[in-house]
Amino acid sequence: MNDKPLIEAKSLFCERDDRVLFESLSFDIHAGEMVQIEGPNGSGKTTLLRILSGLSEAYEGEIYFNGEDIASARAEYFSNLLYLGHKPGVKAVLTPVENLVSYTACRVNRSGAEIEAALAKVGLNGYEDVPCHSLSAGQHRRVALARLYLSDAPLWILDEAFTAIDKAGVKTLEQLMAQRVAEGGTIILTTHHELSVGGGLRKITLGTGAIA
Amino acid sequence: MTVIKKSGPDAGMIATLIAVLKRDLTIAYRRKQDLANPLVFFIIAVSLFPLGVSPDKSFLQEAGAGVVWVAALLATLLSLDGLFKSDFDDGSLEQYVLCPQPLFLVVLGKVIAHWLVTGLPLLLLSPVLGVMMFLSGEQIKVLFVTLLLGTPVLSLLGAIGAALTVGLRSGGVLISLLILPLYIPVLIFGTGTVNAAVSGVSTLGFLSILGAMLALALALSPIATAAALRISMSN
Amino acid sequence: MWSFFHKLGSPRWFYDIGGKWLPWFALAAGILLVTGAVWGLLYAPADYLQGNSYRIIFVHVPAAFLAQSIFMMMAVSGAVGLIWKMKLADMFLKAVAPVGASFTFLALFTGAVWGKPTWGTWWVWDARLTSMLILLFLYFGVMALQAAIEDANVAAKACAVLALVGLVNIPIIKYSVDWWNTLHQPASLKLTEKPTMHPDMLIPLLIMIVGFYCFFAAISIMRTRNEILEREKRTAWVKALVQTGGRNA
Repeated sequence: MNDKPLIEAKSLFCERDDRVLFESLSFDIHAGEMVQIEGPNGSGKTTLLRILSGLSEAYEGEIYFNGEDIASARAEYFSNLLYLGHKPGVKAVLTPVENLVSYTACRVNRSGAEIEAALAKVGLNGYEDVPCHSLSAGQHRRVALARLYLSDAPLWILDEAFTAIDKAGVKTLEQLMAQRVAEGGTIILTTHHELSVGGGLRKITLGTGAIA
Repeated sequence: MTVIKKSGPDAGMIATLIAVLKRDLTIAYRRKQDLANPLVFFIIAVSLFPLGVSPDKSFLQEAGAGVVWVAALLATLLSLDGLFKSDFDDGSLEQYVLCPQPLFLVVLGKVIAHWLVTGLPLLLLSPVLGVMMFLSGEQIKVLFVTLLLGTPVLSLLGAIGAALTVGLRSGGVLISLLILPLYIPVLIFGTGTVNAAVSGVSTLGFLSILGAMLALALALSPIATAAALRISMSN
Repeated sequence: MWSFFHKLGSPRWFYDIGGKWLPWFALAAGILLVTGAVWGLLYAPADYLQGNSYRIIFVHVPAAFLAQSIFMMMAVSGAVGLIWKMKLADMFLKAVAPVGASFTFLALFTGAVWGKPTWGTWWVWDARLTSMLILLFLYFGVMALQAAIEDANVAAKACAVLALVGLVNIPIIKYSVDWWNTLHQPASLKLTEKPTMHPDMLIPLLIMIVGFYCFFAAISIMRTRNEILEREKRTAWVKALVQTGGRNA
């Protein structure tokens, strides 16, 4: 579309417990890119994603989304963002449907049929009205992943989205992400899986100071 | 399909508020057993005074309003620890913080839900405890009105403390330390108004001060709570 | 850009400037406190009502002044830290909270000591003493929160929010305690509320107040500088400072 980057990170600096996780980290991410943040344990992958998503404000430097500082244009940024963290954000006493309703209620208008369709796509048909605490860890995760099917946000930030997901599930997810990127969506993720999404994957490596 | 939205979210602000409220009430309904705890605490704490100090009618009549107020205050405080905790633990809070709606709306929805499931039952129970403390009908009436105006303030102010301590191990005790001093004005006017009613002074002025406190807390505390939540998220 | 400039320059700039000011404040505090104390304790006339026991106001009143204004300064610097992300403000907030609590305690303690000869008891639920006690609780809250949060940045911001909430509450607390006081003990001798004060008492009192403020300035500069070193220990300039034995300022 144009060459203006979707995400522009400028000289990010973050330290935790007197340890510098990254400093003068700068990178651009363009629309339609899939970017994997990698690095050894403790190199700050999750921290970086939390900072990029606007959750954590414990950093120095600037992050621009579509040319605007995310710290000031918060509402606009958040309406274009889907973030899935380590914690699934699924309430155990609520049913999958209730969880997704409360998620979409403050974001996008989604009908009950759309929500059920999303649950069917993650393989949870038949579980719509079962409280989540009776689901397995993988199914718990799938409830969270159903948000991907309900989202029209151009930017996805996924932190270890494949945790506790079986092989078939991973495959579906990979297809979804590849399709998403092909449509012009942007994905930033961390994972310990070897992704098979073709050559379109760009990597940003933390912990070595190098950016590929 | 992947268009960058320039205007905020589709959903309206009222819809968000109602969605949060509904969700928290559903959760509370599914965990009915937790709801009774602050209430039972309230009753036990009040009955400690006749046992610990004196069951003398004139003493209880004089101290009753204060005792009920202090117990209501502590019961609210106990229940506040969980206001954001379970949402923090399972990651729901992250999703709320990243919600494109103003965060104070979410906070307001949660605080209203909190008041409906703890403050309101305490309020409804207070006349019974008032009778146990030998309060007169007039006193009980005024006590009820002060609690009606005062307990939402307790929930609203307490939310700030709950938000500041949400990620911390020492949460429970710390909230009390942060919030109890802020509760003092509400306590003073809550009990003072009941005592003023006994001496025949018109209580309308004092009640309007309590009302003003409620208005102020309603306007400022969700904003402070939202700021505190964002700060706690950075940890 | 402006905030970036500040962030970069402030702590180091303050460290240097503070280092230069510190001896002067300390000196001024020493001279004023000795002058004020000698004048107030030895030469000021005895009170016709309270005799010599009133002389404790030369400590009590300045301590009470500082207790309140330090909380205000804390909240203001908290707001500055939140709005402009100024690190120095965060450090100042952390550095002065225990100082403020100490002055509040001093005011309470001297109030109690004064109460003994005046009212015959160590403690009276007087409106001012009660407000001071609640102020001490507010300080404790800020300090406890500071101690409970490990990340220094997060702790500073959380304390800033709490200090601001406290600041909004202080007038409400004060008003309600005053009202409560009239409800329970209509007429009592109030501390420090003298309709007219003899100039021979007032001047040493003013000297003591200014002296206390200088003392506070010196203490807070010292503590803030310590905090700067602690928080900036990773930076080149602090490392250089340590290597030269702290003598290049």
